[in-house]
Amino acid sequence: MNPTRRQFLTGSAIIAAGGLTTLSLPAMASAEDVSKALADIIGDVETQSGKLTLRTPEIAENGNTVPVSVSVESDMTEDSYVESVIVVADGNPNPEVISFHFTPASGKAEASTRMRLAKTQNVTAVAKMSDGTVYIDTKNVKVTIGGCGG
Amino acid sequence: MSKPRIKVPKKASVGDVISIKTLVNHKMESGQRKDKEGNAIPRKILNKFVCEFNGVPVFSSDIDSAISSNPFIQFSARVNESGTFKFVWTDDDGSVIETQKPITVS
Repeated sequence: MNPTRRQFLTGSAIIAAGGLTTLSLPAMASAEDVSKALADIIGDVETQSGKLTLRTPEIAENGNTVPVSVSVESDMTEDSYVESVIVVADGNPNPEVISFHFTPASGKAEASTRMRLAKTQNVTAVAKMSDGTVYIDTKNVKVTIGGCGG
Repeated sequence: MSKPRIKVPKKASVGDVISIKTLVNHKMESGQRKDKEGNAIPRKILNKFVCEFNGVPVFSSDIDSAISSNPFIQFSARVNESGTFKFVWTDDDGSVIETQKPITVS
């Protein structure tokens, strides 16, 4: 049976409305995306706070370039060092920001960079030590102008 | 591609932990932006950075699209001998940007 004109019109209206919503709302990382990303990194290990420090500005005027730095207390010897620090932003289209991988030759487990933040959100850093322990630190960053283009 | 800007001290003492700053000119197209016609601009970023000293890995980084254009990365290295730092960035299209910096350790 051929679709009637009325059915055809309603159908295209729904499609058009659907198209508009997807266009006007850029996909943001959902809470599940973020917790899944974190779970992939952490695994089953209990996280601790302490040794890891995440530094971000409290207020970022320009979301296109937000300074971020991480440092972990560690002797950085062959026996005990920081393997990696992963930074995740829960309000960005893709939660992953950057992973730093250290070696004993790094001397200090410290690194900094500049990131884009789409809106005001929590930034989380996770540090994995060579003995398997995991440290976590979270900071809230208020973003005045989002850095996602548009 | 333009030359990366790297800051490594010229001299250090044995066992010193030095700070290294790197910056490359790169647009780091995130894949989120749209052109005038509303088409998404495909992602094109530097996704990997590796630093070696005399062939030994010192520091590396997996970079995602949330890193700002002209990516800046600062990190540390412990030096026990004179030698050369090698820095390599890998682009999404497979091309690499590579540069080296010497240091004298006494």
